Amino acid sequence: MSEQIKIREPLLVELSSPGRRGVRFPESDVPPAALPAGLVREDLPLPELSEVDVVRHYTRLSQFNHAVDIDFYPLGSCTMKYNPKVNEDMARLPGFAHVHPLQPEETVQGALAVMYYLQEYLKEITGLAGVSLQPAAGAHGELTGVLIIRAYHRSRGDARRNKILVPDSAHGTNPASSAMSGMRVVEIPSDARGNIDLAKLKAECDDTLAGLMITNPNTLGLFEEHIEEVVQAVHEAGGLVYGDGANLNALLGVARFGDMGFDVVHLNLHKTFSTPHGGGGPGSGPVAVAEHLVDFLPGPIAEIVDHDPDDDTPVFGLVMPKRSIGRVKAFYGHFGVMVRALTYILTLGAEGLRQVAEDAVLNANYLRVMLQDTYHIPYNRLCKHEFVAEGRWEDAPGVRALDISKRLMDFGFHPPTNYFPLIVHEALMIEPTETESKRTLDAFIAAMKQIAREARENPQVLHEAPHTTPFGRVDEVKAARELVLTWFDWAK
Amino acid sequence: MSWKVPAHLKYTKNDEWINPADGTVGITDYAQAQLSDVVYVEITVSEGDEVAQGDIVATVESVKAAADVYAPVSGTVVAINDELADTPEVVNSDPYGDAWMVRLEIANPEELDGLMDAAAYEKYCEEREH
Repeated sequence: MSEQIKIREPLLVELSSPGRRGVRFPESDVPPAALPAGLVREDLPLPELSEVDVVRHYTRLSQFNHAVDIDFYPLGSCTMKYNPKVNEDMARLPGFAHVHPLQPEETVQGALAVMYYLQEYLKEITGLAGVSLQPAAGAHGELTGVLIIRAYHRSRGDARRNKILVPDSAHGTNPASSAMSGMRVVEIPSDARGNIDLAKLKAECDDTLAGLMITNPNTLGLFEEHIEEVVQAVHEAGGLVYGDGANLNALLGVARFGDMGFDVVHLNLHKTFSTPHGGGGPGSGPVAVAEHLVDFLPGPIAEIVDHDPDDDTPVFGLVMPKRSIGRVKAFYGHFGVMVRALTYILTLGAEGLRQVAEDAVLNANYLRVMLQDTYHIPYNRLCKHEFVAEGRWEDAPGVRALDISKRLMDFGFHPPTNYFPLIVHEALMIEPTETESKRTLDAFIAAMKQIAREARENPQVLHEAPHTTPFGRVDEVKAARELVLTWFDWAK
Repeated sequence: MSWKVPAHLKYTKNDEWINPADGTVGITDYAQAQLSDVVYVEITVSEGDEVAQGDIVATVESVKAAADVYAPVSGTVVAINDELADTPEVVNSDPYGDAWMVRLEIANPEELDGLMDAAAYEKYCEEREH
C-alpha cells in the first residue's frame, strides 16, 4: 500500500513567510503587564500567513472532503441524511444566534420556549414522561442514562446492582458508557436470527442486575423480535432497560420506546432530527425517561413556571429536577442544534416524521434485496433502516471489506461503516436514509455490482483504490503504529 | 480458509492459546487474522501477579478492533513479553512464537482439561466462518 498523493496541498508551516500576518492589532493603550520570566519564551514557531492564504488553504482542504451535500453517504448507524437548509435559517435568526446563556430568563423567553416545545415533542415521539436536553451528543447521552439508572438504584438502597448487560449487536459505545459509570459489563450474544439470545439474557438476570442497554433496531438493522420478553425479563429481575435511540430513524412515528417498556433512552438529534454532524457540527443527545426516573434527570430543564389564564403566552423558566444527577454540560446543552431539530419536527409534522421512517426502511430494504445475490448478507430478513453485508467472497481471496470501501470512493460515494458490528465477518454496514432517490440508490447498486466483478477479474484495482480522490490509499497501519499528531512531532 | 493450529497447544473459546509444557499464553492465528494488522499490544499484568481463569492479561488493538486477552487458566505470572509494545506486528507474523504475551505458572493443571485441543479448536474456527 503506497501513499499516492495527486494534489499536494502545502501545510500551513510550508506556506508561512516571516512577517506575513492576517490582522494588525492597534497599539495597546494599557500598560503592559510583565509575565514571570520563566514563562516567557523567545521563539514561537507558529506559521505566519495572510488572511487569503488561510482562507484558500482551508477552502481547498474542504473540497477534498466528502459531505452529504456532495453525494450519497451510506455510513451505517450514522444516519447521514440530507439536512434541510431551512434548519440553518432558523438557527441563524438573531434572536437565537445572539443570545447569551447568562442573560436573565425574562429576556430569552423565545429560546426557553424552543427548549420546552422540543422536550414536549420528544416526549410524544418516545412515549416517555420526561426529557433533558443537556447531553452534548450520543455517547454522552448514554453515560447520562446509565448514571440515572445508578442513581435510581442507589436511591432505593440497592447499591449492589452494578451489572449492565450489553448485547453483541449494540452500539460500540454502550460498553464504554457503562464502564465509565462504574458498572460491570456483561456481553449477551445474538441468536441466528440476529435477536438477543433469550436464554443467555435470562441467565444473567439476577439481583446484581442494574440494567440492559439495548439498541433497537440493533446494529444489524434488525428489530428485536422478542422485545417485550426481553424487557420483561430485565424488569422482573429488578433491572432497568436503557434504549440506545441512535437508530430511531427507523421507528419515528411508528413505534415508541415508552410503549416497549423502556425506562431510559437517548436520542441523537444530529442523526434522526437532521442536524449537521460528522465534522459539520456538534451533536446533541437528549435523554428521555419514564415517570419513575423524571426526578433524576440532569438539569436545568425548561418548564412553564407561570401561566396567566388571560394571557396566551406562558412564562418559561429553567428548573432543576428534585433528585437530579446534576448538570452534565455547561449551561443548557447545544442550543443551536435544538433550534434545527425543532424546525425539522415542525416542518415535517407527525405524518412527515412517520414517512421519514417508512422511506428509510424502504430504501434500506431496496438496497438489501438488490444486493443480496452479489453480497452475502448473514442475517437476511426484513430490515429496518440499515443492513450488514459481508465484504468478502470465497472466489476472491485477498479482497476485504476495506478494499470495497476504498473503491466506492472512486464512484463518488462515501464508504459504508466497515468492520462493525463485530459479529459479521468483513462487515459493510449500509444505511441509505430516506432522503435518497431511487436514481441515487440504483447508481450505488451498480457501483457495488461492478466492484464485485472487479474483485474476481481485477482485484488489484480494489487493492490500490481509491484512484480518483486527491489522496490515494493511505497506510492506516503505519498511521496507527507511528502516531504523529502534530507538525512539530513530524519535524522532530 | 485455514489457520495454523499447532497440535501441542490448548485453546480457549476466546481464541487464546496456552502451552501446557511451559505456561506461555498468546492469541491464535485465527484471532490475528480476524483482527487484521495489530498496531498496539499492552500487557496489563506484571510478574508475580496472581490471575484467575478468565482474568484480562493483555489488550490487543488492530486497525479494525480492540480485544482483551484472557488468562486461559489460573496461575501466577512468571514472565511478560515487554517487547510486544514495540513490535506489535509479530502478533500477525508469529502468533505462536515471538508473540507470546505472558508465561503462567499453572495453578490447577486440571483446568487445562476444560480447554480445546487442536482438533476441537480447528472445528470451532471453521464453524464461525459461516
